[in-house]
Amino acid sequence: MLSPPEPLAQTQQAIHDALWVPQTPPGLDPQVGLDRRFSVYRNNVQHGLSRALAQRFGIVERLVGEVFFAAMARVFAAQSPPRSPVLIDWGGEFPAFLAGFAPVAHLPFLPDVARLDWARGLVGHAADTRPADAAPLGRADAGRLVLRLAPTLALVECQTPAVTIWRAHHGTALPTPLPQGPEYAAILRARGFEVQLHPLDASQYRALSALAQGVPLALATADSDPTAILALLLRHGLITSYEDLPA
Amino acid sequence: MPVPIRETRLPQTVGLGFKPEHFQAIAARPGAVGFYEVHAENYMGAGGAPQAMLTHLRRDHAVSIHGVGLSIGGAAALDANHLARLKALLDRHDPASFSEHLAWSSHGAAWLNDLLPLPYTDESLATICDHVDQVQACLARPMLLENPATYVTFAASTWDENAFLREIVRRTGCGLLLDVNNVFVSATNHRRDPRAWLDDFPLEAVGEIHLAGHEVEALDDGPLLIDSHSRPVAAAVWALYARVLARTGPLPTLIEWDNDVPAFDILLAEAARAATLIAEVRHALAA
Repeated sequence: MLSPPEPLAQTQQAIHDALWVPQTPPGLDPQVGLDRRFSVYRNNVQHGLSRALAQRFGIVERLVGEVFFAAMARVFAAQSPPRSPVLIDWGGEFPAFLAGFAPVAHLPFLPDVARLDWARGLVGHAADTRPADAAPLGRADAGRLVLRLAPTLALVECQTPAVTIWRAHHGTALPTPLPQGPEYAAILRARGFEVQLHPLDASQYRALSALAQGVPLALATADSDPTAILALLLRHGLITSYEDLPA
Repeated sequence: MPVPIRETRLPQTVGLGFKPEHFQAIAARPGAVGFYEVHAENYMGAGGAPQAMLTHLRRDHAVSIHGVGLSIGGAAALDANHLARLKALLDRHDPASFSEHLAWSSHGAAWLNDLLPLPYTDESLATICDHVDQVQACLARPMLLENPATYVTFAASTWDENAFLREIVRRTGCGLLLDVNNVFVSATNHRRDPRAWLDDFPLEAVGEIHLAGHEVEALDDGPLLIDSHSRPVAAAVWALYARVLARTGPLPTLIEWDNDVPAFDILLAEAARAATLIAEVRHALAA
C-alpha cells in the first residue's frame, strides 16, 4: 500500500505545476501582490531555461529571432525539461522537437541547423585527448590500419542546405541560389579550443564516418581522396591512436 | 567582541564570481583579487575550454565551488549521479570551499533551473539535514549552506529562517554562506527590518559572505526586490555588510554579478570597496 505523500512533497508538486501555468499555488501566506511575487519564480525558471537553450542553439536563435526563440524555448522546456542540472547535456531532443513544431514548418532546414549547433556544443565540451604520433601512417599496411578518432570530432549529415546556412551565420557569404542538399560537415575542436565547421563532400563524409566506426584506412577511403581526410585529422590532432588489425 | 568564525580555507579577503569573458584579463593580473568562485554545474563537461580555464584559475588562485543544482531542499532523495559528478569535480580541482543553497530545484526527473522556496517545518528540516549529512559524507568535507532570497512565505512554516539555519548547523555541522543581499531582499519583501534579521543570523557559523545587486519593483504595500545579480551592490546592502563585519571581523567576501556582466574593471572596483571595509575592520580589531 502506498503511503500518502508528505506535505513537503505536496507543496513542491503544487509549486512545480504552477511554474508552467499562470496560477499561483496554494499554501502561500496571503501577502500583498502574491501573484506577482510567485511570478518571479515562474519567470526565473522559464527565462533561465530559455536563455540556456539559446546559448546552446545560437544559430537557430538567430534564424528565428530572439523573441520567437524564447517563446518556442518555453514550449520545449515545458515538455522536455532538463534531466539534470548540467545544462550542456540538455537539448538533444530539440532538433526533433523543431521538426514537429508547426510554427517553424516553413523552415525545413531548422532541425538540421539545430543538429549542427548541438554537435558544436558536444565537441566544445568533449574530453581532452592527446594526438597520437603520426609515424604509423608511414609504415603500416593501410589495409589493416585502424584509426581511433578523438571525441572532439563530430560528423553531421543534413538533408537540407543547413551547412551552407550555418556557415552564412559565421561570415561566409550565402550563395544564390541556395544549394539543395544533402550537405555534410565535420565539426571539430581546433587547438586553442576553437570549434570549427568544415564542409565535406559526400565521399569525404562516408570515409570519415567509416574511419570513426573502425573501418581500416584503405577500405574507408576507397572512393575518396585519403590525403585531404588525413590532413584534416592530423592538422587538428584528431587521431588518438593507431591499431594494426591482424593479417 | 567578534564572534568566533568557522574555519575556512578561503582567504579572508574579497573574491569575484568568475566569468569566462574575463579570463584574459584575470590571467594577465594574477592575484587581482583573493579568490574566484565558479558555479559547479558550468564545469561538469568532460573537457574543453571550461575545464582548461578552471585549471588555470585554480593554479594561481584559491577557488570556491558554488553549486546550484543539488536541490538540497527537495523532498525527493538527492540525485546520486549529480552528487558523483560533484565529487569528481571537487576531486579534480580541490577548491578551498564548497557551498550550496537552502532551496530546491529538481522535481521528479526534471531540473527547474531556479532556487525555489520551501516551508520551514520539522519535516523539511529533517529532510535537509539528511541531505546535508549525505553531501558532507560523500564529499568528505564540510559544506556551506546559503540563505535564500525569497518572494513568498508559507502558511505551513513553523520555524523562523534564522532559527531553521541555526538548527541545520547544529545538527549537521555544516557552515553557512551569508548572502547579505539575500537578507536585505527577503526582509524587505516580507516587510521586516533587515538589520534585526541580520543581527539574529547565526554569524558564528558563517564561512563566506556574498554581496550582489538587486532590482526594485513596486507592489501596493511597498517594494518587491528581485535578487538579479545584474547591478552594483546597493548602498543599504553595503551598510548591512559593514554591520556584519563589525561583529565577525574579516570574512571571505564574494561579489556576485552574473547577468549583464560588466567589464572586469567594474567588478574590481566593487571588490575594492569590500576590501576597504575589510581593511577598516581589521585595523579596528588590531587597535
